[in-house]
Amino acid sequence: MLTVSGSPHFHSTQSVSKIMYGVVFSLLPAMVVSFIFFGLAAVLLTLTAVASCMAFEFLIQKYLIRGPMTIFDGSAIITGILLAFNVPSNLPLGLMVIGAAVAIGMGKMTFGGLGKNPFNPALVGRVFLMISFPVQMTTYPEPSVLSTQLTDVVTGPTPLTLLKGGIARGQEISEVMSQMPGYTDLMFGNMGGSMGEVSAIFLLLGGIYMLVRKIITWHIPLAYLGSSALFSAVFWLISPDVYPDPVFHLLTGGLMLGALYMATDYATSPMAPKGMIVFGVGCGLLTIIIRLFGAYPEGVAFSILIMNAFVPLINRGLKPKRFGEEQKNG
Amino acid sequence: MSALFNEITLFSVISLGAIGGVAAIILFLVAQKFRVIEDPRIDKVEELLPAANCGGCGLAGCRALAEAIVKAERLEGFHCPPGGNDVMQDIASAMGWEAEEADPMVAVLRCNGSREFAPPKVRYDSAMTCAFAHALFAGEGGCPYGCLGCGDCVLSCGFDAMHMDKETGLPVIIDDKCVACGACVKECPRNIIELRKKGKKNRRIYVSCINEEKGGVARKNCKVACIGCGKCMKECRFDAIRVENFLAYIDYEQCTLCRKCPPVCPTSAIHELNFPVRKKKEAVKEEG
Amino acid sequence: MGGVHPPEKKFAEKQSIERLDPPKMVVIPLSQHLGVPAVPVVEKGDQVRCGQLIAKGEAFISAHIHASVSGKVVKIDQVTDTSGYRKMSVVIQVEGDEWEDGIDRDETLIKECSLDAGEIARKIQEMGVVGMGGATFPSHVKMMVPKGKKATHLIINGVECEPCLTADHRLMIEKGEEIMVGITIQMKALGVDKAIIGIENNKPDALAHMKKLAKNYPGISVEALKVKYPQGAEKQLIKALLNREVPSGKLPIEVGCVVHNVGTAFAVYEAVQKNKPLVERVVTVSGSSVGKPSNFLVRIGTPVSALIDAAGGLPDDAGKVINGGPMMGKALNDLEVPVTKGTSGILVFTKKESFRPQEQLCIRCARCLTICPMGLEPYLLAVLADKKRLEECEDEGIMDCMECGSCLYICPSGKPLLDHIRVGKNRVGKMIRERNG
Repeated sequence: MLTVSGSPHFHSTQSVSKIMYGVVFSLLPAMVVSFIFFGLAAVLLTLTAVASCMAFEFLIQKYLIRGPMTIFDGSAIITGILLAFNVPSNLPLGLMVIGAAVAIGMGKMTFGGLGKNPFNPALVGRVFLMISFPVQMTTYPEPSVLSTQLTDVVTGPTPLTLLKGGIARGQEISEVMSQMPGYTDLMFGNMGGSMGEVSAIFLLLGGIYMLVRKIITWHIPLAYLGSSALFSAVFWLISPDVYPDPVFHLLTGGLMLGALYMATDYATSPMAPKGMIVFGVGCGLLTIIIRLFGAYPEGVAFSILIMNAFVPLINRGLKPKRFGEEQKNG
Repeated sequence: MSALFNEITLFSVISLGAIGGVAAIILFLVAQKFRVIEDPRIDKVEELLPAANCGGCGLAGCRALAEAIVKAERLEGFHCPPGGNDVMQDIASAMGWEAEEADPMVAVLRCNGSREFAPPKVRYDSAMTCAFAHALFAGEGGCPYGCLGCGDCVLSCGFDAMHMDKETGLPVIIDDKCVACGACVKECPRNIIELRKKGKKNRRIYVSCINEEKGGVARKNCKVACIGCGKCMKECRFDAIRVENFLAYIDYEQCTLCRKCPPVCPTSAIHELNFPVRKKKEAVKEEG
Repeated sequence: MGGVHPPEKKFAEKQSIERLDPPKMVVIPLSQHLGVPAVPVVEKGDQVRCGQLIAKGEAFISAHIHASVSGKVVKIDQVTDTSGYRKMSVVIQVEGDEWEDGIDRDETLIKECSLDAGEIARKIQEMGVVGMGGATFPSHVKMMVPKGKKATHLIINGVECEPCLTADHRLMIEKGEEIMVGITIQMKALGVDKAIIGIENNKPDALAHMKKLAKNYPGISVEALKVKYPQGAEKQLIKALLNREVPSGKLPIEVGCVVHNVGTAFAVYEAVQKNKPLVERVVTVSGSSVGKPSNFLVRIGTPVSALIDAAGGLPDDAGKVINGGPMMGKALNDLEVPVTKGTSGILVFTKKESFRPQEQLCIRCARCLTICPMGLEPYLLAVLADKKRLEECEDEGIMDCMECGSCLYICPSGKPLLDHIRVGKNRVGKMIRERNG
């Protein structure tokens, strides 16, 4: 029996799950690094996050939405990994489950599931935990290579909390900087912080893999990183005594993770390249503003969520240039 | 107590109060200027309508119908299919006008090309919407007039009166729920669905086919297609059947539901609904 | 802007064009071109000769149709054609192979053309030449430049960006000289002194051959183009060659261009120099499981099944047969339908290749928007069209869509974007017509 269908009759080999598992694969290097620095606790935390994200998606799909089963398309796995990446590795596992419930339930499935959520689910989960459990969410363990210790780990400040505290106390920037790990350590992730955000260089590696595989385009990461570098450089040039240099901003906190993985989330970022750039720049500016002048030491999560809210507006306003729209004959 | 009346409190109360007062005056003036005086009867009529907003009356919704009725100051030419004669009568008595009696109608599917009678020759693999399938090809069964089976009509039904039969691949209309709003009639790209008189005790006789091809061509694709042989027309004593373009059509205004035509149809394309089972004698005749 | 890179699969690119004998019976539809169907001038029972006019295109946008074989007219009736619907056609029982007088079937090249512009256009109309790329727009209409407009360039489309198809490619290699003469004639008819042939880089042999030939023909140049789909779409081709953008809703003449296919140039040559009507064309028959992928020169009206038989028969695992290219062609539901003037290829897909991917939720990856050659937002148009929000569809430029299929090709969720957009286009078109009265 012949098949009749509309053209085209060729289809690319891309599929949703291939893209999603591509993202998961690109997250592996950073994951391995965080396992090395934060030990067994990080492994357990990641597993809990992924498992509970998938479980909640399964339950909601099966009993509430009653739609087709989507837990194996990989998107819940990504949400799980990113959520784990966004919390301190010594977070109690029970809190992680709550975070996953909020991320999947409130952040994603409320709106109809994959592709329909206006806010990045992992960030919704993270911000929920941040506001509800501020103590647990801001006690960051110090990295200790291949530790199997699960409780009573040594905790310490992250570079950004140091910075914030220093600014609050009116210290000179050079004084604050002297208490921090060096740039090489920052680059490889040997610092306190959320589990997966520490290793800038390995996150960048994953980002490059995604760019090569054409999973993401350069627009958002470049606009985000570029604008935050530029904006922080302006402050640094005005007064190098009070503000840290742009490299410090790029390497610390969740900026790399945010710019490469959170801001580029398909559903919650603009569609057109022009819009992507505006979105990225907006994220960059907000991040630096929150870091330098806000109450929280870190601004990536909030700035991305704030810009997420603007996405429908950006999509409406910034459309791709249509062929033949403006007459320009040469 | 003194904290309540300090400078800041006083200043806030006065300034906010002043702003509120100015805003109230502006709102009042604007409301005066742009006031729309509506005929109160419109609301009255609208209240009586079923608020289904189905568009069956030919207007955008119940409000639009109410406005049109009040503007026309009469009820002739207006009919609310889901409300039926009862609602029209209510409006008539409330307004003091005369209402026309309209025969209750029901949607009827004029295709019986199920998977059994019109077996699929090809497989359709595109968007499940009849609008596209119609543009793409003649249909899985090959009949260019027949039902495509993607269910656009079911989606268009606002009264839950239709569903797709998985066995036959055809939509099923539930008479009791159908209000004859005509949404499915408009939706069907092949104009298969027709609004027909509901008939006494829900009894109806109609030709379940709209194929205008020559008999042989139509039969090749579908066993139960009307071949336009005209036997039914000869049988009918009430001039209710006409055959045009190899297709018979029963005029429901003329038809007396005498049940003479269904047995003579060689392809069983004429359907009779909700009649008691035929006596044996007639059944034999049907076979012969 | 935009574009995709589907696998090329040009299996038949090395196969020379092979002439197929006329079949026993041909079905010649009266509507093989864009526009009003032609009106038959023969009757049932008439004896016709090959090349004889059998139907006249009387309307402004219409084309003449000629008998492609000699024999007896069996019937003039509705017959299923490639659209899947039954259309008026002339059915001719083949008897021998006699041609009309005055048709030069000799292969020798005739370079000189003494006709003037009007005579050329008339000749092209008489011989029923239409666009051979697939759109089948009557060629003589394109030859008449509307008042107030001026053509500066003749663009010849040798891109053949559709995967699998090799008909134009072979034609350029084997009939390059004739195409050049055809182009010269078209330039004369249009009154332009520059013609550009655009050829994609994936056909180096054709590119080299045409470049060599072009040296002897003043005004004709050959340009190599980047391989991408849809490079051969009229507006994209003009943009790539001259960097001129045809305004939305306008024709290429707006920017001083007239675009013809290489196949059309060859048909023009035969019509004007050889007095030969358009009664045969080159058709690629290909597919991954086809025994002998080939390029056939066949008579118009030959059933598709005869072509497949000549290429080694219908494979057992055939799941889909396509009339045209894999990106814009039409899946056939009947193999007895005839080859028409617009049939550039017959492709046989295996069962495995026939299925569309399983439809999933849209993940808003923006791929469709990035690759859309017209700069539209397919994901949005599909949703708006599905919800029947027609005014918004129109504002978003749904009528600019040329149905190239890139969005459906690239979509990782397997959304039937183009299906919905097509339905929307039909509805918006109807709405616009109603509005304009």
